[in-house]
This record gives sequence, structure tokens and C-alpha cells, in this order.
Amino acid sequence: MTANSILSRPVYGTLSPQPGRNHLFVADAEGAAAILDMAKAAPKGFFADAHIIFVPGDTGAHYVEALKSLQAARFYEGPSTAAALPRLRQTLATAHMGLRIYLAGTEGLIGLAMQAAMEAGFDHASIQTEHRGSLARRIQCVHCKGITENVTTQPATCSHCGLVLLVRDHYSRRLAAFQGVCINAEDPTEIPQAEEIFR
Amino acid sequence: MSAGTSKIDVTVTDVVTVNELVKRFHFRRADGQLLPTFSGGAHIVVEMRDDDRTRLNPYSLMSSPLDTRDYTISVRRDDTGRGGSLFMHQRVKPGMGMVISSPVNLFSLDLRARKHLMIAGGIGITPFMAQTSQLSGDGSNFELHYTCRTEALGTYADVLRARYGRRIHLYRDDQGERLPLEQLLASQPLGTHLYICGPAGMIDWVRRTAAEAGWPDDTVHFEHFAAPQPGKPFDVTLALSGKQIHVGEQQSLLEAIEAAGIDPPYLCRGGVCGQCETKVISYDGKFLHNDHWLSEEEHRSGCKIMPCVSRFDGKSLVLER
Amino acid sequence: MGINFRKETFRDDFSFRNSPEQIRRFPFPFHEDGYMYAVNIEPHTPGPKNTVFEHLIDVDEHYVSEMEDRAQVLAEDPLRCQSLPHMTLAGWDLLELLMIQKAESYPEHFSLTRDGDKWHWVNRPLGIDDHFTFGDVSTLPYGPMEYITRQSQGDFCVLDQRDGNLWMDAGIVTTQADWSLDFDIGMNFFEWHAPVPLAHEMGIFNRALKFLTNIQQGQPARRFNWTMTINPRLDTSPENYHKWGVDRTTVTPDNVGQKVHLRVELQSFWRLPRSNALVFPIRCYLIKMDELVTSPKWARRFHRVLRDLPNELAEYKGLTRYRQTVVEWLSQYDDGAPTSSGFGPD
Repeated sequence: MTANSILSRPVYGTLSPQPGRNHLFVADAEGAAAILDMAKAAPKGFFADAHIIFVPGDTGAHYVEALKSLQAARFYEGPSTAAALPRLRQTLATAHMGLRIYLAGTEGLIGLAMQAAMEAGFDHASIQTEHRGSLARRIQCVHCKGITENVTTQPATCSHCGLVLLVRDHYSRRLAAFQGVCINAEDPTEIPQAEEIFR
Repeated sequence: MSAGTSKIDVTVTDVVTVNELVKRFHFRRADGQLLPTFSGGAHIVVEMRDDDRTRLNPYSLMSSPLDTRDYTISVRRDDTGRGGSLFMHQRVKPGMGMVISSPVNLFSLDLRARKHLMIAGGIGITPFMAQTSQLSGDGSNFELHYTCRTEALGTYADVLRARYGRRIHLYRDDQGERLPLEQLLASQPLGTHLYICGPAGMIDWVRRTAAEAGWPDDTVHFEHFAAPQPGKPFDVTLALSGKQIHVGEQQSLLEAIEAAGIDPPYLCRGGVCGQCETKVISYDGKFLHNDHWLSEEEHRSGCKIMPCVSRFDGKSLVLER
Repeated sequence: MGINFRKETFRDDFSFRNSPEQIRRFPFPFHEDGYMYAVNIEPHTPGPKNTVFEHLIDVDEHYVSEMEDRAQVLAEDPLRCQSLPHMTLAGWDLLELLMIQKAESYPEHFSLTRDGDKWHWVNRPLGIDDHFTFGDVSTLPYGPMEYITRQSQGDFCVLDQRDGNLWMDAGIVTTQADWSLDFDIGMNFFEWHAPVPLAHEMGIFNRALKFLTNIQQGQPARRFNWTMTINPRLDTSPENYHKWGVDRTTVTPDNVGQKVHLRVELQSFWRLPRSNALVFPIRCYLIKMDELVTSPKWARRFHRVLRDLPNELAEYKGLTRYRQTVVEWLSQYDDGAPTSSGFGPD
């Protein structure tokens, strides 16, 4: 799915059922298919202690019924990741040890949900992730610190300060973002052609 | 550059009988200076010069890291061990000069924890004495669950209760009290870290139960010093130095290598830090691996041994030392 | 006696210079006529008089001006100094380390008086005289790490040690070679080094990590790193790259001597006692090419190192645009004569 790259670039796996008392799933769009695939391997009754937070977006509406049929203890369908995050944070704030977290879908969704889990005291290494769907990136402009969502081109333009940014593979879990660095700082007259490469 | 720690000359300032099995030892620096600051969970290695042989045993520091005028350790008497604890109990007296290592911490607190849940068995209480002092000093959230055979052998339970009240939970075997582990693990807030120190069987039980209850590995910490065990004597060839050595019944392989004038690096002398890892060049016989450093695969391979705790039974053993 | 602190700038008019004595003590980082990565770590023990190793924490003639530059950087961008919540204890450890080292090594400039947790710190060059309670954040104007590192040359990375790895969970970084603390904070040893080419494949970082996680209290270690900087600018941060990057296009054969600087980082590694964290002070030394070539051996050797540097490294260090110009300029000082081994000038 994602090419070999540098060591700070997140590596995503395939969701698999973990021992635990409760299971929290957060997914967007095609991420639903990762949950459904995992469900085939899950022991009987696994979803009785599960909570699914799903953001269908533009491409995931047709997964809703299948997710509901898993009969999770709680199922939530949200209109956007931003709208779902307060619910996720509240769930984490009241959770106990024994909770396992599974994230699936776009890198942006995985990154933001992981950020919320880490803020709640969860170590990133114990979170299951699976990338599905778009390769669009969240980018932090290293110069103005603004975050630009859904970046699909190389280079990209910072939506805050307007600098033309080289999108690096260097990734910060804390910021849930890739790094963007001015691409023509040494010669501002060079304006490279933007190519769509993170689809 | 070899790892290892610097040595400190100390004077034994007090020896206190705590109960029928445990004595406490107080050390101050011989030069009157303060001892190095340390972090809760750290240990020192104490050199015991017993006539013609030297033993080096690790002991957790149990005094407050906030007070470095003296270090204290507690030693449980082990009548069937190699004699280190008996030496401490019978031979060490106030006023005696001894040599200890600088502190090393292989059982560090994870300061990110929202809560620290500690489980101690028997003499495994000692690192928690220092850790609770450190945590209470900065207002952190902790809870200690302590299992012991009898109230009288619940070493320092009275001290801990007086200091921390309801944070301390004692379970006495002879009263039929049992640590309600599953219930305890299920009721901890997200972000809790678990620390275990005690007999190997207890550590295994708590780790296994926590893993089954969904506690991630990175939240489970344990102090797993395996004291070197006595065993059948054996002979070893040290290929690099061209020496033949004999490992006595009450001696560890590492001590025998040191007695031959070779100083491999070490930090823990308990099979956990990995410093003294030694390559095996050839062997004919069976390894008795007792460490927690090498993987099972490495144990089976016969390519490496941890001389601080592991032994050998067979015709010949050649090591790269 | 004492140090004669220079009044100078690292921006705008770039009035930074090294005195002749400072040139002689410059930590030239190449022990042979070539450069490739190695785990070049050695014990950090005090060295000969009039070298940067004379004291374990070096204070030199640029101290006061460097601290003024740091204050300006922090005023413009407070994100250059950050500490995750669990790192406060390590901050106190660092404050203790730096105060004790400075007061012992430079008693004419710094003094520390301790009575239990009541501490009195005097920093004469910066005009600071503070009483505070060790361990009580409310008694200092900044957090402990920021307080003492606003008074200490070099960047500081404070690393938590967990799960056999090192995590960059606190730091102050205003004189860096093009990396962002704000972006890298919270990363582990492999992640924050991820952009470095070649070294991962060589296993350098695995070996270095194993060494670093075993560093014990009272036994610090050190290594060198190096790059080049156009103009004596300390703040070569990615944050401001769009402002200073253009400097790299301004090198001409006529201005190499004054404009081009070798930038040497002396990195040291220390175990902190209460927190069991590690601190990496990363001390930056700059020298102009005109100053460097006053040592014939350094001139010959640096010419050869720069000429033969692998392209990946030149690219990573940002030297590509001006490397050839500098190599040609240096060649006039290289008659091909052999150089003696070791770091010092002949």
C-alpha cells in the first residue's frame, strides 16, 4: 500500500483481535472493510464488548449496514472526523485498562485518533492500525505551524502562509502530520510543477 | 568501551534486624561526602570479600532517593543459596568498610503513567520503598499491593501503612488472604502502569493475567533478578585469554572468570541487563540457562551464555573471553 | 583572569569572529583525510588546558552573545523550547548538572550555594542572582530546563528511556543544524534520525542506541558531528529556512573566506540521576574558512574531506549548491603534502 520509506513514516498492519476486556474501533470510509475482514477471524461474542465509531465520508455509506450487523455494544456514525473526536475523547477519558484500540481507514483518521489515544495515556505501539482508502496527507508547515488537511500533491501549498512545501515522509505522531518544508527557499523563483501523488 | 559502573568506598553505619529473615544495612561514603543521587528502582552491586573469594550481589536501594546521606538495602537470608545473604547476615557489622557500585536503574518508573500500580511479593518490596518515596514526593498517584507469608514477614508493611495509609494493601497467606488480581487489573484507569517485583512464579502469574486482560506489554514492568544458583562444578576454557578455569559449586561462571583476572562488563549480575553476554565457541554438554536476557531461540542455539547466572553440565565448554 | 566575553551578532550584520586563542582551541572534527559515519563515541573526560575539553561543560568567549541570540529566537518562536509533562524531573536533574559543572569549572563567573533544597545561583556574565527552592517550579521564572539552558551554550535534547529506546520528550533547540524540535518532540531514537541517509543501513543507529541506553551516571560520553553554514548564523532552523536558505546561493570565490563556516557539533551524553533520563548537550562551534586555513593541516585536510564527501551526505547536509566553489577555494591551501593523523593543528 505504501512504498518503502524512512523510519519515521508510520507502518500500518492488518487488524487482528487482541486479548482485552473492551474493544474500541475508529474507522472512516474504506476502513470499515478492514473491520469487516477482521470480524471474520474474531472469536464468537467478540463484538459484545465493542464500540465502533465510524465516519463514512463520501465513499463509506454502503458499509454502515454491514458494520451494524456486527452487533457491537455501541455503534456511532458521525458526519466527520472532527465531529467524532469529542466522543472518542470522552470514551477514552472514562475507559479502564483492558481496552484495546483498533484504527482503520485514511492516514488522517488514524493519526488523529491515535493522537487522542496517546493524550489519554495509551502508548502508540499497542494500538492496532490498518490503512485503507485515500493516501491524502495532513501536513504541518514547519514555518508557520499551520496544518493543511487532505494534501494530495507534491509539492503542496500551505493553506495558512502560502509557502510552497516539499511534503516529506518524516511524520510526527504527536502532531498527527507529515512535515512540509519550503521547497524553493534557496531560489524563490523556482516554482516546481505540483503533481498529484497522494491519492 | 566497556560498560559498568564506578565503585564507591562505604562504611556500614548500621545493621538492623527487621524480622526473623530480613536484615537492613545502612551505608555512608567513607570520605563523608554525599552518595550519588538515584532514581526509584535502582540497585547497587555489593562486593562481599569472604576470605579468599569475592561475591558480587545486586540489591535494590530502598532509602528515599531524596536523601543521599546514606543508602539502605534489605537482605533476606537464604539458607540454601550460595552464601551471599549469609555473609551479609553473619559477617557484616557496623563500622566495617565495604565497596559498592554506583546505582544503576533497570526497573525505572514510567513517569508518563497516570497511575502506578505496584505488586510486591516478600522481599520484592524493597525497590518499591524507594519508588513510593519518590512518587509521594511529587504527588503522583500510586497504589501498592503486597503479598507476604505472615504479618511478621510483611517486611516494612507497618512503615508503608504509616506513610501512605489506604494506598497500601497487604495480603497475608496464613490468614487466607489472596490478592484479587483479575478484579484489580479490571478496575484501573486508562494510562495505569503495572510494576511487579517478587518471586519468579508471582511475576509470571501477574504478567500472564495482565496480558490476558488486555494490558499492553509497554505498561507492564518487572524486576526479575535471578540470584545465581549453586550447582555442579564445571570446567571452562577461555579462548581469548588462553585460560582454563574451574567453576566451583558455590561460584557463578562470571565470578570464576573474574577470579581468573578477566573483567567482563556487567550491570545487574542477575541475568537481565545483557552486559556480560558471552559467545560460545564450542561445547559438548548441556547449558543450564537461568537468564531473562537471551531469547529462547538463543538459548537453544548454544551460541551464547550469560555467565552471571547460567551454568553448564558436560564434557567441555569453550568461551570467547 | 576569566574569559573575555565578546560582544557580537549571529544575524543581520554577522559580527561574529573567533579570537586567535579561540581558533587554536577549535574542535576540528576530522582525524584523517576523509569522512564517513562511524559510531565515534568516546568517554567524555576532561582534556588538556586550552581545549574545548578542558571542562566538561565548555564556556567560551561567545557565551554572552550566544545567550542573547537564544533569547531573541525564543521571543520570536517559543516552540523552540518544549518539555512534555513527565519530563519536569529531568529538567531539575539538568539544572543541577549544569549549575554544578559551571560553578566548579568557572568559579570567577558562576557560583552555587546549596543549603538543603534552598539554592542560591549567581551568573555574573549574565547578571543573574537568584534564590530558589530546588524541586519547586514556582520559585523560578521558567521551568527548570528552560531556566538553566537560557544560560548555557548549545542545544539540549532531554531523552526519556523506556522500552529499550530513547524518546526525545524535552529540549531547547535554537542553534540547530536544520531539524525541528517542535516536529520531532515525542519521537524515538530511530524516528528522529529517520531523515539521515546511509547510516541506518550501516547499522550505526542500532549500535549507538545500545551504547547510549547503557550510559551510567557519572560516566558521560561524547562524539562530533559537523556541517557547514553560510554566514555565522546560529539559528539555521527549518522554521526559518525560507529566510536563510537563500544565503546558500550567495557564495562566490571572493567571499568564501568570510562567508563560509565549518560548523562542528560537540555532542555529549549524560545519565540524569533522579529521572533516569539522558541529556544530549549539542554544542555548536563555528569557524570561518579564513580562520580555518590559519592552520595548514586543517586547510589541507578539510579540502580533501569536502572534495571526497559522498554526494548523499553533501545533499543531506545542504552543501550541494556551494561545495564546488569552496573546494576550489580550499585547493589553493592544499599542496598535496601528507597530513599527520589526529585532530590538532600541527
